[in-house]
Amino acid sequence: MATTPKPRVRVPKSAAAGEVIVLKTLISHEMESGQRKDKDGKTIPRKIINKFTCEFNGQPVFSCDLDPAISANPYFEFSAKVTESGTFKLTWVDDDGSVYTDEQKIEVA
Amino acid sequence: MTFTRRRMLVLAAGAAAIPILPLAPIPAFASAEEAAKLMADFAAGKEAVAGKLKLTAPEIAENGNTVPITVDVDSKMEGDDLVQSIVIFADGNPRPEVATFHFTALSGTAAATTRMRLAKTQNVIAMAKMSDGTVYMDKKEVKVTIGGCGG
Repeated sequence: MATTPKPRVRVPKSAAAGEVIVLKTLISHEMESGQRKDKDGKTIPRKIINKFTCEFNGQPVFSCDLDPAISANPYFEFSAKVTESGTFKLTWVDDDGSVYTDEQKIEVA
Repeated sequence: MTFTRRRMLVLAAGAAAIPILPLAPIPAFASAEEAAKLMADFAAGKEAVAGKLKLTAPEIAENGNTVPITVDVDSKMEGDDLVQSIVIFADGNPRPEVATFHFTALSGTAAATTRMRLAKTQNVIAMAKMSDGTVYMDKKEVKVTIGGCGG
């Protein structure tokens, strides 16, 4: 389970100006809730992604604070209104301080 | 201390006197009370109105580990008609908080989908806060066949 979290993001390649597009993101992460116990009865420490943000050309679009009740491999589907070509920057922040990022370009006609 | 009939009556009357928030689930578990408190904090004194916010969740979730939920607010996402944030609570989980979504004018629509864990059959509550301070809420009971917490 201790693999490096790998983000997968689906963003349309192109869109019309002013169009509202849908972004789908998934990152592989076990999202250890801190509620489970191992076979010796000891609590497995919490390790989740606690923050997700999406920016477009440096402007915030969407963000989410996650709690342990989010499933493993957290999935998000949300929308963005695009008026110009640019880059979506997606960031996931882990409890241990690691930051995972992904960038997606979009052409706006 | 012995529990006489009189004492039981006094206790029952005391329990019934605990104020229950409008629309809040009846506190049956510690978590439900906590959820009610968090909901009151989020509403910040405003009364939560039903209607504009729509929470979509399955009626029966076979696997509590991944329950897809969608929140959607009917909003133009500009000026005063802008959703600032949406919170999700689950009143029967060990911790009632699930997620907080933050939206901006660039979001286009106030809609988001994710997958959550449910420990048992319970209410999932979504609340949305608009830029003018209005609070909307929606609630769905999800029946869970296999719980998704602990192990």
